[in-house]
Amino acid sequence: MRLSPTGFLLLVLGLVAAFAPLWVLESFHLFQLTMAVIMSLAVLGLNIVTGYNGQISLGHGAFFAIGAYVTSILMVQADWSFYATLPFAAAICGLVGYAVGLPALRLGGLYLALVTFSLAVAVPQLLKHKALEAWTGGVQGLFLMKPDPPRWLTSLLPLNADQYMYLNVLIVSGICFLLAWNLIRGRIGRALMATRDHPTAAEAMGMDIAALKTGAFAVSAMITGIAGALSAVAVEFVAPDSFTFLLSITFFVGMVVGGVASILGSIFGGLFVLFVPNIAESISRAAPGVIYGMILIVFLFVLPEGFAGLVRRLLAKLSSPGNPQPK
Amino acid sequence: MLLEVKNLCAGYGPTQVLFGLDFAVAEGGVTALLGANGAGKTTTLRAVCGLIRPEGEVLLSGQRIAGLMTESIARLGVAHVPDGRGTFMELTVEENFRLGAYTRRDGDVAADFARMWEWFPRLKQRWRQQAGTLSGGEQQMLAIARALLLRPKLLLLDEPSFGLAPLIVQDIFGILRRIREESGVGILLVEQNANLALDLADHAYLLETGRIVMSGPAAEIRQDEAIRRSYLGY
Repeated sequence: MRLSPTGFLLLVLGLVAAFAPLWVLESFHLFQLTMAVIMSLAVLGLNIVTGYNGQISLGHGAFFAIGAYVTSILMVQADWSFYATLPFAAAICGLVGYAVGLPALRLGGLYLALVTFSLAVAVPQLLKHKALEAWTGGVQGLFLMKPDPPRWLTSLLPLNADQYMYLNVLIVSGICFLLAWNLIRGRIGRALMATRDHPTAAEAMGMDIAALKTGAFAVSAMITGIAGALSAVAVEFVAPDSFTFLLSITFFVGMVVGGVASILGSIFGGLFVLFVPNIAESISRAAPGVIYGMILIVFLFVLPEGFAGLVRRLLAKLSSPGNPQPK
Repeated sequence: MLLEVKNLCAGYGPTQVLFGLDFAVAEGGVTALLGANGAGKTTTLRAVCGLIRPEGEVLLSGQRIAGLMTESIARLGVAHVPDGRGTFMELTVEENFRLGAYTRRDGDVAADFARMWEWFPRLKQRWRQQAGTLSGGEQQMLAIARALLLRPKLLLLDEPSFGLAPLIVQDIFGILRRIREESGVGILLVEQNANLALDLADHAYLLETGRIVMSGPAAEIRQDEAIRRSYLGY
């Protein structure tokens, strides 16, 4: 991959912006930023299936919850290290996502939205269920511990557990974003968009629509599940009530505000859904929801295609008109 | 024969549209299906490529393809340019090209791109442009190029003249003639513009309410008095 000088500059700025908070922010704000990055990752997952593949999911909170619980149960009940649980959380969420993708083959649009909605409603209740209480801790939930930074790292770089957590979240999310970017820009990504935009034509070009759709659900659930796993450790606590239906809507809002079918927009969407409610609360303690709603409406009016749409428009203005020809 | 269709029946739910069609496309030949609106031309193409379930025999180079999934039929070498062109509006021309070559694993894709640029120079000029910003004629060209990138044995073309200015239509049929001479792909062409279709085709069938009412070499059909009056307008 070759980068233009501007691209290189943006990359360096991005990396600085990502790592600087380690030293700039104190504990609470660093924790908030950690959660914002996690939200971005969850929104990225949703974007793969809903943004790029056009299958509406109002249930991604369920995958987030399952990821969080798989990691928590393995860490608390089986004493696993946090890192070892990540592939498991991803794999189980991928399987559940694939299973949800199967009915999605027959249901489209609003009907699929309802099916995924029911998943989001059902999962928190299942987690409270008596039969699972021995593992999940029932309504009480589970307490866990952040991993401590290893010696070799602290001898190089003095980091506390919060800073180390941020670093972990940043690296895991960074890898997921890179993989997703690679997937979307390649053959599979084009096929996902083709099945979204024109299923008949996609089929006529030899695409296996069923496999693409279920695959998109699996990958999407996997990414959002990893975000859930990270959140469990960052918060050091999981309980069924942290994963209400509202969480799924939050991801959806993040996706729309950031930009439907945009990788970069997912980052912005995550930051938005985490920080804007706080800003709303600082404006009005009595009715933060009203302020949040107003900010959201203004936002959608000013940026109808989300943050990504704004970036695209700016880029289009910057690059000279005319169409470069292939060599 | 590249494509042989025997006693083809198909429809949508309880509504039967096709009533026992027999027709064929020769290796590297062009067969035209003519007929008025609602005669069943588009439905015939859909039945051949499996978008709707057909009854009867559909043989591609002697192999039975009726009842297979569309995607499998495509992989066997049948490319369908659907009505309405099926352009991926939000993707660039280049990305549309790459989608056309989706099933290809061979390394000749780049060479085929160059070939398409030769046939459709305007698409080369529009290479990085969003397909949705192309004119109707360019979108039709893109749809044909995209279908050819599958390296099909058989190309199903659904009204390439639809909604286009006469001059553009002339252009497109000129290109189709060239493609036919240079590539050896067989074409099953559905067209309302009988004049143009008969110029390109070597064999033609006339459809009326789901039945073939006349067939023969294109030159003969063109001479037919009834056809001339009802479809050619002179």
